[in-house]
Amino acid sequence: MLLPLVILIPLLGAWLPAALSRAFGIDPARTAGALVIAALAIVLAQAGAVLDGATFVQSWPWIPSLGLNASFRLDGFALLFALLILVIGVLVVLYARYYLAPEDSKERFYGLLLLFMGAMLGVVLSENLLLLVTFWELTSLSSFLLIGFWRHQADARRGARLALMITGAGGLALLAGVLLLGHVVGSFELTQVLASGALIKAHPLYETILVLVLLGAFTKSAQFPFHFWLPHAMAAPTPVSAYLHSATMVKAGIFLLGRLFPALAGTETWFFVVSGAGLATQLFASYVALFRHDLKGLLAYSTVSHLGLVTLLFGLGTPLGEIAAVFHIINHAVFKASLFMAAGIIDHETGTRDMRRLSGLARYMPWTAALATIAAGAMAGVPLLNGFLSKEMFFAETFQVQWLGPWYWIMPVAATLAGIFTVAYSTRFVHDVFFGPAPQGLPKTPHEPPRWMKVPVEILVSLCLLVGLTPAITVDPLLRAAAGAVLQGPLPEFSLSLWHGFNLPLLMSVVALVGGAIVYFTRRYHFDLHGYTQRPVDGRKISEDAVGCAVRGARWLVERVANHSLQRYVLLLVVAALALGFTGARGLTITGTAAPTPADGLAVLVTVALVLTAIAVAALHAKRLLALLLVGIVGLAVSLAFVRMSAPDLALTQLLVEIVTVLLLLLAMYFLPAESPPESSRARLARDVIVAVVAGGAVAALAWALLTRPFESIAWYYLENAKPEGSGYNVVNVILVDFRGFDTLGEITVLGIAAVGILALLQGLKLDGPALDWEGRPWASERYPLMLRVLSQPLLPLALLVSAYLFLRGHNAPGGGFIAGLVTGTAMLLQYVAQGSAWASMRLPWNYTRVIAAGLLVATATGLASWAFGAPFLTSTFGYVTWPVVGKFELASAMLFDLGIYLAVVGVVMVIISRLGGLAGPSSIASREGQ
Amino acid sequence: MEALVAIAIGVLTGTGVFLMLRARTFPVLLGLTLLSYAVNLFLFVSGRVVVASAPLTDLGLATYPDPIPQALVLTAIVIGFGMTALLVVLALRAIRETGGDHVDGGER
Repeated sequence: MLLPLVILIPLLGAWLPAALSRAFGIDPARTAGALVIAALAIVLAQAGAVLDGATFVQSWPWIPSLGLNASFRLDGFALLFALLILVIGVLVVLYARYYLAPEDSKERFYGLLLLFMGAMLGVVLSENLLLLVTFWELTSLSSFLLIGFWRHQADARRGARLALMITGAGGLALLAGVLLLGHVVGSFELTQVLASGALIKAHPLYETILVLVLLGAFTKSAQFPFHFWLPHAMAAPTPVSAYLHSATMVKAGIFLLGRLFPALAGTETWFFVVSGAGLATQLFASYVALFRHDLKGLLAYSTVSHLGLVTLLFGLGTPLGEIAAVFHIINHAVFKASLFMAAGIIDHETGTRDMRRLSGLARYMPWTAALATIAAGAMAGVPLLNGFLSKEMFFAETFQVQWLGPWYWIMPVAATLAGIFTVAYSTRFVHDVFFGPAPQGLPKTPHEPPRWMKVPVEILVSLCLLVGLTPAITVDPLLRAAAGAVLQGPLPEFSLSLWHGFNLPLLMSVVALVGGAIVYFTRRYHFDLHGYTQRPVDGRKISEDAVGCAVRGARWLVERVANHSLQRYVLLLVVAALALGFTGARGLTITGTAAPTPADGLAVLVTVALVLTAIAVAALHAKRLLALLLVGIVGLAVSLAFVRMSAPDLALTQLLVEIVTVLLLLLAMYFLPAESPPESSRARLARDVIVAVVAGGAVAALAWALLTRPFESIAWYYLENAKPEGSGYNVVNVILVDFRGFDTLGEITVLGIAAVGILALLQGLKLDGPALDWEGRPWASERYPLMLRVLSQPLLPLALLVSAYLFLRGHNAPGGGFIAGLVTGTAMLLQYVAQGSAWASMRLPWNYTRVIAAGLLVATATGLASWAFGAPFLTSTFGYVTWPVVGKFELASAMLFDLGIYLAVVGVVMVIISRLGGLAGPSSIASREGQ
Repeated sequence: MEALVAIAIGVLTGTGVFLMLRARTFPVLLGLTLLSYAVNLFLFVSGRVVVASAPLTDLGLATYPDPIPQALVLTAIVIGFGMTALLVVLALRAIRETGGDHVDGGER
């Protein structure tokens, strides 16, 4: 047997109802029913062994390094829940077939229902806690879709959103708790976690774990103060309410309490938090339920209250309390599902669920009335019905509290009080709806529902009776197996029987029954129940207000900060970077201990020139041509700095890039205004100067701090191994094409992407340059100066030769693919400048985009080729050949890679320049021709 | 030398930032160019100042400069060119789309 099948059949089969309905016209309910029964059959096949105490664990490694395994577990407790999910699932499938209106999409309904069912089965059958959390989130998502099934109704949408928000947030808390739990235990497998109870409870993280896990459980199981999403989820179709909000999803939180019972329960914190929340929930919700006028609203609060009861029982931390909790889980699922279905029938047949309008329905639908009365009796805890048995056990357990000291009586008194309210609202459910005078003005004339719509209710109600009358032979084995699996140990003595003699729990039951009847039937002396409109503190309003507040706050902030001015954003970015930098640098000494290098006169001179020129650029930036030329001078000074500081490759690169960049900016200037208009305000200018000075000072201080500190480098490795490993003396080039070849591949790819971006931006762009220059004179009649034209042509082959030389020697002396590519690019660029774009592109007619692509392909293929020899990506190799004349010559695969770099760089430079050169539209050329 | 380098980097950063805060695309381009000089120099000298040497191991020198920042900065210079070109084209496109060279679009 494969446990995952139980989960996968509904989960992966979720699309089948729709598919089969569309392809073959098969009723989606039949498909869904068949799938559920198939899954049920697998579970039932194992039920015998599990009832005898067996635990099945099946595991497949998934991401073992994260502790995530696809492992599944079927023990008594999981069996109980799997049975609840599948048996009630079958009944809901049947019931929904008659409940849904013709205009509702049955395909969608059953698909979502199966999805939810698979997720829920995943929660209860997971052995791995991470897997459990994953399925847990899936139940939140699928229940969101089910609650919002009638998506045209605003209520349904809001209810669904609220449920998702609360249970989703709880799911995140649970994930955090589970991660901590796995950290403490060292494993996410339940078997290990359950065996490590003592370790967990003694750990300093125990309280944190407990709170996080309980947040998950309480939000899911609608415990106070997170209960409010459940009543709003009643906007769902009634079969969904019957399934999710009575039997399954809301029980997931309680399932978690039971599942982790051995790991977390039994401490004082556990008792006060869990049973405190349970008690508050039970009392509060049973009181509120009495005042709901909507049938489903009453049932929703009743569900909250019963979930509180179960939580309270788990919170006691005693073995008998835990047995009572498990028993009540079964009983509540059975009677509450049948009551929801009855409410759905009433709604379906009368058109309303408002108890102020319903009355005396027993005369129209006597059989439904009888069924609902029995189920309501079970809810109230009337003897001979299943609810009575677990409630008795609950009352008995309230005396077993060890932590309350002299206040021990609070528990039984509160329990009795909640019992009184439970009886009162159960009575109201039956009396208001089925008894009294005939109803007036109902939307529909009530009558019994279709035969098969009642069958699920009948089955569930007979279960109430069977368990209530003969607990020892019907429910006892399942209860023992489930309770045993929760405890992970031997069960204490207990017996399921109707009569335990005259004792306190019996007295409490009697008080609850009589008191409840009195409260309900004497209500008119206290207040008018039907005229009462409740205005309790509405959790939905609070949470929606909170969300609204957050949205408004975000909008306010965005409006303040984001004023759609890029200028402002740059300022904010710089100021924020400065603020962060200053915060981080507080208390640090600026000057370090390393000995400085002596300066020489030339260095001082170049620095002074660089500083003055840079300041001149900033001061004179409005005169654009001048500023551009000054920037060129700064770039030359930077190249000189590279020469001085032992970086010949960088100096060459900087020099060439400088030429290309200045030409590019000159080209752009043709289309841009020649001068910047004056600044609008001096205040802004002053502000920017201050920001600039602070930024410059800060960076200078940072550079100084860095330079005066001693440092350790891994440079020695590259220096020592460049020749033996990479067969090159030029370490910079060997790093680029060999040691860090993968980085370089990424970098030329980025270059290629930039070129593609430029092409995309230039797509369809035509700009008209000015007809006159900035001093109002016509452009020179001689468009391309003769001297330049004559000189540039022979320069090209010479430059190509230099480029080839630089390329070939690059591995051992300054040069290489980048530099050679820039030299080639510059030489070709010169042809464009000297002869014009039309002339040049006619004679250099290559598609430069393809050159880039070829470069990238060559570089990548060089890397891939090493795979063919079983070596990692981009492993290089080299050998020596003896050529005539040249002599011994070295051939390295890295050279091929360098060729790829060369091609990519040439391609990028040429794409940019040739496209920008061809930018001037025909009109601007023509206007100049006309001058 | 260290003080000279730090001053140069600081001045390049300051003037670069000042120009980047201007309202027109062309000065912003110039500012970015100056700022990339500063960033490249900073990265480069993270290998510390070594004068009168070169990372060429056949020279048989006593001290070599750190070749790693040099390799990083070499590609940074080339990519910086690609970035400048992209911004130039963006500025030209912006003229067509907004009718002006103000960085916030249009004439303000």
